[in-house]
Amino acid sequence: MNLSLFILVPVLTLLGILLAKANLARIIALAGSFAQLGLAIGLLFSYLALPETSHLAFEETHVWFAQWNINYHIGIDGISLAMILLTSVVLVAGVLVSWNMETQPKEFFFLLVMLATGAYGFFISVDLFTQFFFFELAVIPKYLLIANWGSGKKEYAAMKLALMLMGGSSLVLIGILGLYYFSVQAGSPTFDMQAIANLNLSVEQQLFIFPFLFVGFGVLSAMFPFHTWAPDGHSSAPTAASMFLAGISMKLGGYGCLRVATWLLPDAAREYSDCIIVLACIGIFYGAFVTLRQRDIKLMNAYSSVSHCGFVLLGIGMLTKTAMVGAVLQMVSHGIMTALFFAVIGMIYQRTHTRMGDEMGGLFKVMPFLGSVFIIAGLTSLGLPGFSGFVAEMTVFVGSWQVPDLFHRTATILATMSIVVTAVYILRGVGVTLWGPIKNEFAQLTDAAWNEKLASIILVASIIVMGTMPWWLSDMISKTTETLFGAVIK
Amino acid sequence: MNSLIHYILLMRFELIALAVIVFLLLAKIFSEKLNPSLLLGFVNLALVGMLGVYCFGAEGSLFGGMFVMDKMIALEKAIIVFATLLIMLQANSWLKTQENYMEFCLLLFSVLMGMFFLVSSGNFLMFFLGLEMATIPLAALAAFDFGRKRSAEGAAKMILSSAFSSAILLFGFSILYGTTGSLDFSEIRDSFIGSPLQLFALAFIFAGFAFKISLVPFHLWTADVYEGSPVAVTTFLSVVSKAASVFIFITVLAKVFPIAHEAWVPALVVLSAATMTIGNLFAMRQSNIKRFLAFSSITQAGYILIAVASSSAQSTASVLYFILIYIFSNIGAFTVVSLISQRTGKEEVADYKGLYKTNPLLSIGLLLAVFSLAGIPPTAGFFGKLFLLTSGASAGLTALIIIASLNMVASLYYYLKIVKAMFVDKNESPIEKFSSDNSSRIVLIICVAGILITGFINCIFEYIYSLSIGL
Repeated sequence: MNLSLFILVPVLTLLGILLAKANLARIIALAGSFAQLGLAIGLLFSYLALPETSHLAFEETHVWFAQWNINYHIGIDGISLAMILLTSVVLVAGVLVSWNMETQPKEFFFLLVMLATGAYGFFISVDLFTQFFFFELAVIPKYLLIANWGSGKKEYAAMKLALMLMGGSSLVLIGILGLYYFSVQAGSPTFDMQAIANLNLSVEQQLFIFPFLFVGFGVLSAMFPFHTWAPDGHSSAPTAASMFLAGISMKLGGYGCLRVATWLLPDAAREYSDCIIVLACIGIFYGAFVTLRQRDIKLMNAYSSVSHCGFVLLGIGMLTKTAMVGAVLQMVSHGIMTALFFAVIGMIYQRTHTRMGDEMGGLFKVMPFLGSVFIIAGLTSLGLPGFSGFVAEMTVFVGSWQVPDLFHRTATILATMSIVVTAVYILRGVGVTLWGPIKNEFAQLTDAAWNEKLASIILVASIIVMGTMPWWLSDMISKTTETLFGAVIK
Repeated sequence: MNSLIHYILLMRFELIALAVIVFLLLAKIFSEKLNPSLLLGFVNLALVGMLGVYCFGAEGSLFGGMFVMDKMIALEKAIIVFATLLIMLQANSWLKTQENYMEFCLLLFSVLMGMFFLVSSGNFLMFFLGLEMATIPLAALAAFDFGRKRSAEGAAKMILSSAFSSAILLFGFSILYGTTGSLDFSEIRDSFIGSPLQLFALAFIFAGFAFKISLVPFHLWTADVYEGSPVAVTTFLSVVSKAASVFIFITVLAKVFPIAHEAWVPALVVLSAATMTIGNLFAMRQSNIKRFLAFSSITQAGYILIAVASSSAQSTASVLYFILIYIFSNIGAFTVVSLISQRTGKEEVADYKGLYKTNPLLSIGLLLAVFSLAGIPPTAGFFGKLFLLTSGASAGLTALIIIASLNMVASLYYYLKIVKAMFVDKNESPIEKFSSDNSSRIVLIICVAGILITGFINCIFEYIYSLSIGL
């Protein structure tokens, strides 16, 4: 299968949207995103059908700037494939949810697809320069999406998000240039990740670069204390942008921490693992407790994303194979779950025009479909077996428990305990919005429309498939984890 | 005969400029009967012709090494001509309304001529000649709106500060002459030993250059001059004259002072860090879009210095590449600014609120230009900036890379402010819809195409690289 299709199809979609009339733009966007979903599923089957692969499948290399040894080098492994699947699912759902976008639909869908282009490119690149190109491509559209179509303190939130994420990406850039410098010193200047991984950087060099790369990507995955853009950004963004932001952008960060920082700098990852664990635990707990205090259900989900992304970092920091597989599973699971959550919150908000949980109540009576979806999202979030959240979190915890010393055990126990807090806010949130007596002004509300139903069904189906049959995904990821991180896992 | 052809080929750019100047002087006599469109068309054609003669590659030197021409210098001149052509096209409709349009062209070509000699110089005497020939008409151009007080004020500031910087440069040259006994680039290099007095001269020459490229702390004249001048002149100042100074700066560093490498690299690092940081801090506070672009161009000069400091063939190529991209982005931005300033007289960032609703294409043009200045993919600015940084990284300038990366984030703040004004902010009375003239459209299309294409197409960088020299 030709991986460049994942750049080509979104770019063609972009061109189509650009040339189309406003009412045609959404159809092109939807067609394009379904084409990408189809491509992603096709890619999955052709990857699974491959005989034993060494590491990268479907590789492709073209020289881009020979003078700097910059290549357009793409290829995927199990981890990036999981992320591509996630991106395509969330994109389809995002386009469907914003189907009835009235203000400047053409621009909206253009920016949305542009974000996806950046994300696909990021996940398939093997060359750091190319990857960084796509990484930044996925940052700026968010500013315009939030500032133009957002709600609340949207301009503040958009600027804060753009500056913090660009700050993160500038740290990443410093890291990348540092790696390039070391490769120059070693006599073979390169931006290629595989070449850098084989460079055998000394521990000092790794220790110098690792914080830049890890923190830079960490900003994107809302690592404590760089998480502050997340609640503002998520809660101010329009629905589809929140879905994208929490569902995919935060995963760019997690993926970068794992597939770039930890892979290229294994020794430094071992040295810094304790710091990562501490920050992850703080993020998990801080996020969970702040969530408890939220009345606004969108803000609630925004903070809970901070907490859930903590599990990703925890899994990475533990440096065991199982925990790392768990981290990737958690990225996928949280991506889909949080997209579903934001989608359904957006749909409810469109009807009630309030996001305050306690101003709602009894909504299940008038909108049983949305209510059920809301409950499913909630249960996934608190890790009920049968849904993807359980598989992911359980894998992280089992993996973490494998490290036998006191520090890691304590961290694991603490992280596990946060699930109780999650249960409290989720169940309470579901309770106040869906159950109880219904207010008069809400009695006439309608249930989901076709596009909303389709979006929800796609996301719920992905959650259930992942929750009941996780093995195809986890096998794929764990094979890759073994190849990539054989040197570092305990 | 052959030597005459060789001579003509070597000085092909200068001779055309000279011919145009003579023609304009003669035409001035009959100026009342001439149609401005025809004359401006002729001037533009001459510029296109100069781009055309770029293809005749002839290398060598004239006048005992005073005048040097090689492929790299030809490319630099072609870049200067290209930018001037874009600016002339951009100013086309404005110039037609001016009574003294012929003087404008005359002065502009004198500046060009000076810049050609400057870039080609192989001797500090020629260098100084070219510099003055480029600077004095430029100050006159800055005062072109002589009815406006600000324009006169800006020009006065410019002529005073450039006279001051020329004096500083001359002082540096004279010490250099005193210690080496020559003004020739290669002779100075051969007898340069890095004695304290010579380094002292180097410091003065540095300061002179810093004035010309408007580096911090020698940048104070920039914003006032930019604000006061007509937009076309501001564009010229911020693009062409900066480019020419950077070109000769690189040449001088590589040809005259390679031995003092140890001395000037730290100096450049400090200048670069200060320039980008201070430029950024000032740009954040500007509300006039011309002043804003002035400070943003100071910041860009800071980025250029990163590559100048790394001094390899790759870094020279990235400077040229960056300047080419910078020409597209800055001229693109100024074209929109000049259109709006011409039609409505508005020059404040706040006036741009709601522009996207009324003039979507112009807004997208400005958006791309601004993103390219900020270095955001997929615009070419991203590649330009990353290549500057990468050349810094290959030279191991760690601290500078870190400062530059953080500055790029800070600069995003004010670039986004313009984007926000155009696309996000609501406005009761936005700038009304207007249609632009054809020549501005052409410039904008060329710039947008350049911004979108230059990065992806590797052959442009490869071509520049194939001509460039390192230390």
